[in-house]
Amino acid sequence: MTGTLEARFRVRRGEFVLDAELVLAPGTVLAVVGRNGAGKSTALAALAGVTPLSAGRIVLDGRLLDDAAAGFVPPERRPVGLVLQQPALFPHLTVQDNVAFGLRTAGAPKAEAREQARTALDEHGLGDFVDRRPAQVSGGQAARIALVRALVRRPALLLLDEPLAAIDAELRPALRGTIRGVLDSFPGSAIVVTHDIADAEALADEVVVLDAGRVLQRGPLGVLRAEPTDPLVSRLLAGAVPNAGSGP
Amino acid sequence: MIAPAVVAGVLLAGPLVALLVRAPWDRLGELLAGPVVLPALGLSFGTASASTVVCVVLGVPLAAVLAGSDGWPRLLTRVARAVVATPLVLPPVVGGIALLMLLSRTGLLGQPLFTAFGVTIPFTTAAVVIAQAFAGLPFLVLSVEGALRGVDPRFAVAAATLGASPWATFMHVTLPLAAPGLAAGAVLSFARALGEFGATITFAGSLPGVTETMPVAAYIALTSDPGAAIAIAVVLVVVALVVLLALRERWLTGLRA
Repeated sequence: MTGTLEARFRVRRGEFVLDAELVLAPGTVLAVVGRNGAGKSTALAALAGVTPLSAGRIVLDGRLLDDAAAGFVPPERRPVGLVLQQPALFPHLTVQDNVAFGLRTAGAPKAEAREQARTALDEHGLGDFVDRRPAQVSGGQAARIALVRALVRRPALLLLDEPLAAIDAELRPALRGTIRGVLDSFPGSAIVVTHDIADAEALADEVVVLDAGRVLQRGPLGVLRAEPTDPLVSRLLAGAVPNAGSGP
Repeated sequence: MIAPAVVAGVLLAGPLVALLVRAPWDRLGELLAGPVVLPALGLSFGTASASTVVCVVLGVPLAAVLAGSDGWPRLLTRVARAVVATPLVLPPVVGGIALLMLLSRTGLLGQPLFTAFGVTIPFTTAAVVIAQAFAGLPFLVLSVEGALRGVDPRFAVAAATLGASPWATFMHVTLPLAAPGLAAGAVLSFARALGEFGATITFAGSLPGVTETMPVAAYIALTSDPGAAIAIAVVLVVVALVVLLALRERWLTGLRA
């Protein structure tokens, strides 16, 4: 098992300050919920290395990834996978070459990378799409392909930003099940940012509630439901706070 | 409204129609293969191709720098943009004189080049390519910058988290996604290079086979051999029409940076 995360960080984006601590045991799946602008996506950006910290540090499996004072590992050298809400499959590459992309950057020869990509797509039931362009697959398929594209690099930490938000409501349960299956066999840790408590319930071992850049409460969903420390926590868990999409 | 519009139309299309009507079609093949036109034709296509390559090799990095300039002080961005656009508004002859000031044997850069290596640039084929690249570079840079800015930044984020260095991300993701803008810019700078006259004749002269490109040859032939001049003009019109067809509306969208 990998994915031991110790992250205490502060990130500034204009007026907004995210000040949070995220600690994960290996192999944990954590859901991050909160209103728009709570800092969910900013947290992912900091962990992925897209946004540097202004204070604090991120340590993954004993390796220092970002220390505002002492060093910064750029995103391309972090064992961190990121799947964005809009899957951002490269439109000029076939599905197979999209998945092979992250293997090529790791130094695999072209033929080998493509072969591995095909095998991975086959394993995830996406073998029929290898030669298609991203414009020729559905939203659900694109989400699954983006997941495979991140997984083939064997990250220690997998970040999913609203993986189901762009998917039609009636297709969500099935895709949620697919992601659940993927995460069950994934040896690292994962953080799922979501506004949908159903995602947190189905996918996560633990839930963190973020608001205004701070952690309101953290724990298993059952505990948060039974003993919310803040009225906003119970309202969020009841789905009473309208919160479509992901904020900064 | 109608009458001035018709006059404008005649002003734009009339000269071309007249040129095509008066062209010596029966002797066109013979003229094109003749001693005046053929060397100019070869030289023009050769130098315009070379200058387009120069524009791409130098202009794409410049466009990339400008596309990432949002964090710069505003004054610096404005100055950079003005510098890039200068050849568009500068009279080409002035461009040629300025190039002489820079690269002649007594020029700012030309003097050390000559003393150190014995290199003289003006009035050589290289000078033609430099003059054409000077004229064509803004088209390439503006078109590519606009296209790069139009690429969704999430693709670069995805590429980085998939292990691609900033260089690899640019070469394998961002630039390919900006390829239509690059193609449009390359075609425009090629067309501009092919038509370049003022800077070329000032900075490179008119040595047949060495620096006498089609526009220069046409200008010189007009008094001595009008048929040859018109033949060259017909070739240049055809190239211009091909460029228009190839780009359709793209050159407008590409430059709308």
